[in-house]
Amino acid sequence: MSIKHGLLALLDQGPRYGYQLRSEFEARTGSTWPLNVGQVYTTLGRLDRDGLVAPDGEDDEGHVFYRITDEGRLELRAWFEAPVSRTNPPRDELAIKLAMAVTVPGIDVGVVVQGQRTHTLRALQDYTRLKTRAAQDDMAWQLVLESLIFHAEAEVRWLDHCEARLARRAAEREPAAPAPDERPTPVRRRGARR
Amino acid sequence: MTTATGGTVEPILELRSVGRVHGRGDVRVEALAGVDLAVVPGEMLAVMGPSGSGKSTLLMLAGGLDRPTDGEVLVEGRPLGGLNRRRMAALRRRSIGYVFQDLNLVPALTAAENVALPLELDGMSTRRARQAAHEALTEVGLQHFGERFPDDMSGGQQQRVAIARALVGERRLVLADEPTGALDSTTGEAVLRVLRARCESGAAVVLVTHEARHAAWADRIVFLRDGRLVDDTGPSADAESLLSRGGSR
Repeated sequence: MSIKHGLLALLDQGPRYGYQLRSEFEARTGSTWPLNVGQVYTTLGRLDRDGLVAPDGEDDEGHVFYRITDEGRLELRAWFEAPVSRTNPPRDELAIKLAMAVTVPGIDVGVVVQGQRTHTLRALQDYTRLKTRAAQDDMAWQLVLESLIFHAEAEVRWLDHCEARLARRAAEREPAAPAPDERPTPVRRRGARR
Repeated sequence: MTTATGGTVEPILELRSVGRVHGRGDVRVEALAGVDLAVVPGEMLAVMGPSGSGKSTLLMLAGGLDRPTDGEVLVEGRPLGGLNRRRMAALRRRSIGYVFQDLNLVPALTAAENVALPLELDGMSTRRARQAAHEALTEVGLQHFGERFPDDMSGGQQQRVAIARALVGERRLVLADEPTGALDSTTGEAVLRVLRARCESGAAVVLVTHEARHAAWADRIVFLRDGRLVDDTGPSADAESLLSRGGSR
């Protein structure tokens, strides 16, 4: 997550101080990615060092304001225009867990998949409830929630796919039961064998 | 059945050890086995599971369109097995609304006539049936489309007519088989909002779907595999807690 660009986007709308930036960031994203005020000040320090923001005075209560610089605006535009990179996929604990589960003897992968699906479906229900309660005009929060919903849905679909693959592999490994006409022919008294 | 608040509520739909077997001997197929399920007023239940897991069979049995080979199905406390054909038909017209995968709208009838049809078949006067149809069409946001024929409507609008037909009158049990099937995500959501609203006013809804995103609108999700219920999931008591923990896992 880019806190740096999030803060630049807020400062692009006028000078703000640290605590204000934190509250506005959380309001736009429905507190999905909570920030502590320490992270905000550390990030502001780096942005100041790199010339992307500059101090903009203090108010009577001692709040230190920051403003975006021209260089900061260029950086922000570049961020909006460039796609979010997928070259380094974020570490996915679930994919790693299943990759390990299929290779470690004695682990019932089906149980792992089912347990995860229950958990993810519950999360999906919770996100959907939040969405039905969210204000219709709060577009930023609605979009963040929908992102969470689509990700959870993708995970459930992937788990269904894993389960189907496991079932197919199990069926391939099982020795096929003899079909009715391949059963040993019972001995018939009248010698009617083929 | 005991509710979260400790009261007891009579389920609108109850399945007791329900099984359905097709064929016999070598061609015996167990479509459903030992299914116990209760859906109370105000509850939306989603049924998920892979193709052939018994989802549609469960819905057919719940609506009295098929009979179980084991166990019993009760609607509003009445065992369906004890009803003769005439009483069963009356129960289906008055208490149970269906939304099918294929919409089954009559092309020669207008939207309002399609919606009023089950009520008129039940002996209601045309005027009263039309009034009820208008209310049901309003519920799905189609109050100005009553005089249109199905062929002059978009897929999403036709789907909503089918839903209005399922909701018309005082139906307390709504059974929907992939009602969001051919719809884009925004229209699909509108359909789910309508079903949800009917739940809030005291109906029970059973929604069969393979889309987790749509199942998530339900209060409870059950999962079928090979004709058996293998899982039962409800939302957390406090949805916000999911976010304050900083993620879903």
